[in-house]
Amino acid sequence: MAALTPISRKPMSLVLPTVAAAGGFFGLFVGTANGSGLLGVLIGAALAVVLALVYVSVLKNEALSKWINIALFGVLGYVFGGGIAPAIIGLVYGWFIHWFTYWLYEGRYRARLLPYLTPGQVLWHYSFRVICGAIFTFLITPILVVMPLSFNAQDFFTFTPEMLRLDPAGYSLKHYQDFFTNNEWQRSFKNSLIIAPIATVISVSLGTLAAIGLSQSHVPGRRAIMAVMISPMIVPLIISATGMFFFYSQIGNWMEGTLGFNKTFVGYVKVVLAHAVLGIPFVIITVTATLVGFDRSLTRAAANMGANPVTTFFRVQMPLILPGVISGGLFAFITSFDEVVVVLFVGSASQKTLPWQMFTGLREQISPTILAVATILVAISILLLATVEMLRRRSERLRGMSPS
Amino acid sequence: MKTKLTALAVTTALVAPAAMAQEMTIVSWGGAYSKSQLKAYHEPYTAKTGVSIINDDSSAEAVAKLRAMNEAGNVTWDVVDVVAADAMRLCDEGLAMEIDPDTMLAAAPDGTSAADDFGDLLVSECFIPQIVYSTTFGYRTDLVGDTPPTKICDVFDTAAYPGKRSLEKRPINNMEWALLCDGVAKEDVYDVLATPEGQDQALAKLDTIKDDVIWWSAGADTPQLLADGEVIMGSTYNGRLFSVIEEQKQPVAMLWDAQVFDLDGWIIPAGLSEERQKQALDYIMFATDTQRLADQAKYISYGPARKSSAPLVGKHADLGIDMAPHMPTDPNNAKNTFLYNYEFWADYRDDIDAKFQAWLAK
Amino acid sequence: MLAADGTPLKKSLARALRMQKMRALMLIAPLLIFVLISFIIPIGSMLFRSVENGIVAETLPLTVAELQNWDADSGELPDEPLYAAFVTDMVAAIEAKKHTRLGTRLNYEQTGMSSLFRKSGRKIKRMDPATDGPFKEQLIKVDKKWGEVETWAVIKAHSVKITNGYFLNAVDMQRTPDGAAPQPEDKRILIKLFQRTLIMSLIITASCIMLGYPVAWILANLPARTANVLMILVLLPFWTSLLVRTSAWKVMLQQQGVINEVLVWIGLVADDARLVMINNEFGTIVAMTHILLPFMILPMYSVMQTINPSYLRAAKSMGATNWTAFWRVYFPLSVPGIGAGSILVFILAIGYYITPEIVGGTKGVFISNRIAYHISSSLNWGLAAALGTILLAVVLILYWAYDKIVGIDNVKLG
Repeated sequence: MAALTPISRKPMSLVLPTVAAAGGFFGLFVGTANGSGLLGVLIGAALAVVLALVYVSVLKNEALSKWINIALFGVLGYVFGGGIAPAIIGLVYGWFIHWFTYWLYEGRYRARLLPYLTPGQVLWHYSFRVICGAIFTFLITPILVVMPLSFNAQDFFTFTPEMLRLDPAGYSLKHYQDFFTNNEWQRSFKNSLIIAPIATVISVSLGTLAAIGLSQSHVPGRRAIMAVMISPMIVPLIISATGMFFFYSQIGNWMEGTLGFNKTFVGYVKVVLAHAVLGIPFVIITVTATLVGFDRSLTRAAANMGANPVTTFFRVQMPLILPGVISGGLFAFITSFDEVVVVLFVGSASQKTLPWQMFTGLREQISPTILAVATILVAISILLLATVEMLRRRSERLRGMSPS
Repeated sequence: MKTKLTALAVTTALVAPAAMAQEMTIVSWGGAYSKSQLKAYHEPYTAKTGVSIINDDSSAEAVAKLRAMNEAGNVTWDVVDVVAADAMRLCDEGLAMEIDPDTMLAAAPDGTSAADDFGDLLVSECFIPQIVYSTTFGYRTDLVGDTPPTKICDVFDTAAYPGKRSLEKRPINNMEWALLCDGVAKEDVYDVLATPEGQDQALAKLDTIKDDVIWWSAGADTPQLLADGEVIMGSTYNGRLFSVIEEQKQPVAMLWDAQVFDLDGWIIPAGLSEERQKQALDYIMFATDTQRLADQAKYISYGPARKSSAPLVGKHADLGIDMAPHMPTDPNNAKNTFLYNYEFWADYRDDIDAKFQAWLAK
Repeated sequence: MLAADGTPLKKSLARALRMQKMRALMLIAPLLIFVLISFIIPIGSMLFRSVENGIVAETLPLTVAELQNWDADSGELPDEPLYAAFVTDMVAAIEAKKHTRLGTRLNYEQTGMSSLFRKSGRKIKRMDPATDGPFKEQLIKVDKKWGEVETWAVIKAHSVKITNGYFLNAVDMQRTPDGAAPQPEDKRILIKLFQRTLIMSLIITASCIMLGYPVAWILANLPARTANVLMILVLLPFWTSLLVRTSAWKVMLQQQGVINEVLVWIGLVADDARLVMINNEFGTIVAMTHILLPFMILPMYSVMQTINPSYLRAAKSMGATNWTAFWRVYFPLSVPGIGAGSILVFILAIGYYITPEIVGGTKGVFISNRIAYHISSSLNWGLAAALGTILLAVVLILYWAYDKIVGIDNVKLG
C-alpha cells in the first residue's frame, strides 16, 4: 500500500505559508524569551520563507542544504542563546524545518496515504498523529526526566545550573556507586530478588491451575469463585495491608512457636505469601484470556492419540497458553517487585525489599540513589519487554498465525 | 544465580539455630541520623560483642506498629528510637518497658549516677534520652531580600516575606508559634492552648498563612523544598539544616529564634522474651554511656543528652569543623528558646490533633 | 441406548460430567483455599473492627454495670455507687496501663476525654477503693468534668460491645445517648472527602479515556512491528516504580520544576507568576492519570485489535462520512474496551494513597489517605475499618456492575 500513491511537487503557494507558520511558531518562543514575541514571529517566519526559497529554487541540492541549515541554526543558537543547550535546540530545529520544507515541497506527506483522501482527511491524519505523539510524550517524559537527575552531583532532586549548562562538573556517578556499595540498598535488592520470584512461582502455579479449572464448561459458582480470586486487586491496599498484618503475625507466631522455624525464615514466608496473593488476580486474568482463544479440539486430539491428561497438559496445552502464563507471571513479578504498602506492614527489617528502601529513602533522606535504581530498573524492564515480544512472536508461529 | 541465592537463603535460615540471639533489630529514623548511630553505636557494639544489628527505619510509625505487634503477640523489634512524646504514650499504654536508670544505665566516668547525669531529661520511666534536638526554621538567603528574617513571627509575615513556607503537618510546635506571634506571652502559651478558645485562636492565626504553606510529613521534605527554592523558609530539625548548609553547601541559613527543644531516645518494647530483653538492656547500657553519646555528635549536629558528654563533643568526622557552635544548646543559638511541654501534649495531643486535622482538611 | 461398557448412556454421561466438575474443582481448590484463608479471612477480621467495641466494657466492667441503672435523660448525676465502681475500675485499669487507651478511644467521640482520663488517672492512682470513699465529691474535685452529666452519658453511649459508632463517624454522624446525630460543624470532613474521592476518580477516569482512546486506536491500527515498539512507551511507565514516577511528577510540576522552568524560559509565564500545579487537585489528577493510563490503554487496545477494519471501509463505501463511520460503526464496537479500562482505572484510583499523599497537599488527598492516617497516626483503627468497609462496598458494587456489563473474563492485560 505504501508506494501506491504517486507523489508530485507542490506549488509554492502551499509550501511557503505553511513553512512560514512553522517558523513563526518557533520564533514566538525565541522572541518571547528575548523580549518581543511579535518580532520573534516575524523574524522566524521570514527566515523560514527565505531559506525555503533559497534551498528549493537556488541551491536545488537536498543533502547539501540539509547540512547547511542544521549548521546555520546550530550557530545561531550558540551565538544568540549563549551556550551548548540552545545550540542543540538550534541543530534540532534546523534539521526539522529543512525536513518539513522538503516534506511539503516534494509532496512526500501523501506518499503513504490512500490516493483518494481529500486534503481535509490528510490534514486530520497528520493532526491525529501529532496528538498521539503528544500523549506518548506525556507517558514517557517523567521517566526521561528522572534519568539525567540520577547523574546529579548533588544530593537533591533538582536540576542544578551546572546540569542545565551541560557542565560535566554537575554530573557524577556517585548515586550509582552508592547503590552498588551501600549495604542497605544491596540487601534490599537481594531481598526483592528472593521474594519476588518465589511469590511469582506460587501465584503462577496455583493461578494457572485454577484458571484451567475455571475454563472448564461446568463449574458451579463460577462468578463467585472468580470474584474471590480477583479480590486482592480490588480491595484498597491499605486495608489489605493491615488485615494481613494481624493474620500473618499469628501465622508467624505459630510457625516460630509450634514448628520451631527460625525467625528470619518465617519473615520471608510471610512476605512471600502476602505478595503471592496480590499477584494472583493478574495471573488469573491473563491466563483465562489466553484460554478463551484455546482450541479445545487439540486436547481431544491428544487424548484420542493415547496421551493421558498430564501428558496432554504439559505437551499440548502448556506450550500454547505459555505466553499468557508468562505475561501473568511478569505482572505478578512486578506487583511484588513494586509493592510497598503491604511489605511495610507484613515484613520486618530483615525482609526489607527494594521499594521499601526507596520509600524510606524518599521520606527520610531524599537522595537521587532511588533515581539511579529506577534507571537501572528501566533498563531491565526494556530487556523484559523484549523477551515478552519475542515470546509473543514465537507463540504466533506455533499457532500458525501470521503476524497481523 | 537466583535459585542459588534463594537456596542459600533458605538453607542458612533453616540451619541457624533458633535460640541464639546473635542478632537484634533496632528501629530508627533512617537517613543521616541512622548513619550517625551506625557509626557511633552499632559498629563498636558489633565489634565488641559480635551481635549483628539490623536497622529498621520505621520510627515514624513506631507507635502504630508497636501497638499492632503487641496485640498480635509478636514483637519483632528489640530497641526502638522514638521522640519523647511517643515514648510517654507507649509507656502510658504499657507498650514499653520501665527503665531503672541507676541499675540499667552506665554511670558517668566521674562516678555521677546516670539519673543525675541525664537530670531532667528523663521525662518518662520508659525513656532513655539520647539527643537534644530542636525544631527550627531555615530560610533561603537568596530569596528573602536584603533583610533576612530574625524573629519567629517573620514566618507569619507574608507581606515582608512573600513566598511559600513549609510547616509540619501536625499541631505540635505550629500551635505554639502561632500563639507566640498572636501576642500571647511565652509563659502563658500552654495555659491558653488548653482552652478551646485558645486552640481556635492559634488556628485563626495559622489561617492567615494557610494558603502559603506547604505541609511536610517526612524529615527530608523541608531540605528538598529549600534546595529547590520551592519554599523561602521552612521548619525542620536542626540536624537536617546543618546537613543542607554545611554538607550540601546550599544557600540556606538558620533562624534559631523560638527553636523548640525536644528529646529523642530509646525505649525497649514490653513483652520481649527474657533473653532478648537482656540483650536489649546490654545494648542500651553500652550505647548510652558518656563516650558513645559524645561520639554521635561527630556525625550529626544534635546535642548529647548527658551532661558529662558535652565537654567531649569534638569536630565533625568528615568536614573537620567544630561541632559545638552547631548544637542547638550553644549559647549563641539558644538566646530565645521555647520549652516543649511534654505533659501538656501527652494530655491534649488527641484533642488538638483531631481539631487540627479537621482544620487542615477544610 | 447403552455406552460401550454397557451402562446406560445417560448415566455414563452424567458420571462423565460429574468427573469433569470434580476435576475442575480439584484444580481450583488449592488457590481458592489459599485466597480464602490468607486474604478473605484477614480482610474480614480487619473489617470486623469497624463494629467491635469491647474496650469500655472490658476496662470499666463495674462502672458499665452500674451505668445500666442510670438514666442519662434524667439530667441528674449518677449516685455514689457508680463513682465507687468507677474508682475501683480505674485503679485496676491504671495498674494494667489501660486507662489512657480508653481515654483515647472515648476521645474519638468527645474531644477532651483523652486529657480527662490522663489527668485524672494520675490522681486516682493514689486512691484506695476500699477505704477512701465516698468518691463522688473527690472525683468532682479532681476534675469538674466528672460532675457533668454529659461525661457519663458519653461513657454509657459507648459501653456497648458491638457498636455502630464508627460507621456513624465515617459518615460525619455520631452516636449519642439519644441515637445518631450529626457531628459538630468543625469535625465534618469525611463526607466531603468521599465526594472528592469519587469526583476526582471520575475526572481521572475521564482523562484516561480521552488520552487512552487515540493511543489505543493508533496502536491497534498500525503495522504490528511499529505498534509493538510504541507499546514499549506504554509499558515502560507501567513497570517503573510507582514511587519513582510520583517523585518524577513532583520534579516536573513544582513551582521551580521542569514545566514551570520551560514555560518561563520560553516566555509564556512570568517569573513571578509561576503556575501552582502541585499540592492541589491538579497535581493529583495529572500524576494519577499518568500512572493509571496504561490500565486504560491495554484493555482498549485488546478490544480494538479484534475490530475488523473492513467494517469501516464498508461503511464509507456506502456513503458514510468519516465521522459517521467512526461514531456509528467503530465506536460502538470499542465500547467494551472503554468499559473494561474505565472500571479498572476507577477501582484502582479510588483506593490510591501514596501518590495523593506526595503530590496532593491538603486539597488533593483521598479517603484512603484518611484511612492511612487513622491506621498509622491517630490509631483509630475502628474508624479506619469503617471507612474501608464503605470504600470496599463502593468498589464491590462497581465490580458487580462491571461484571454485568462487560464480564470479568474480558479484561486482557497485554
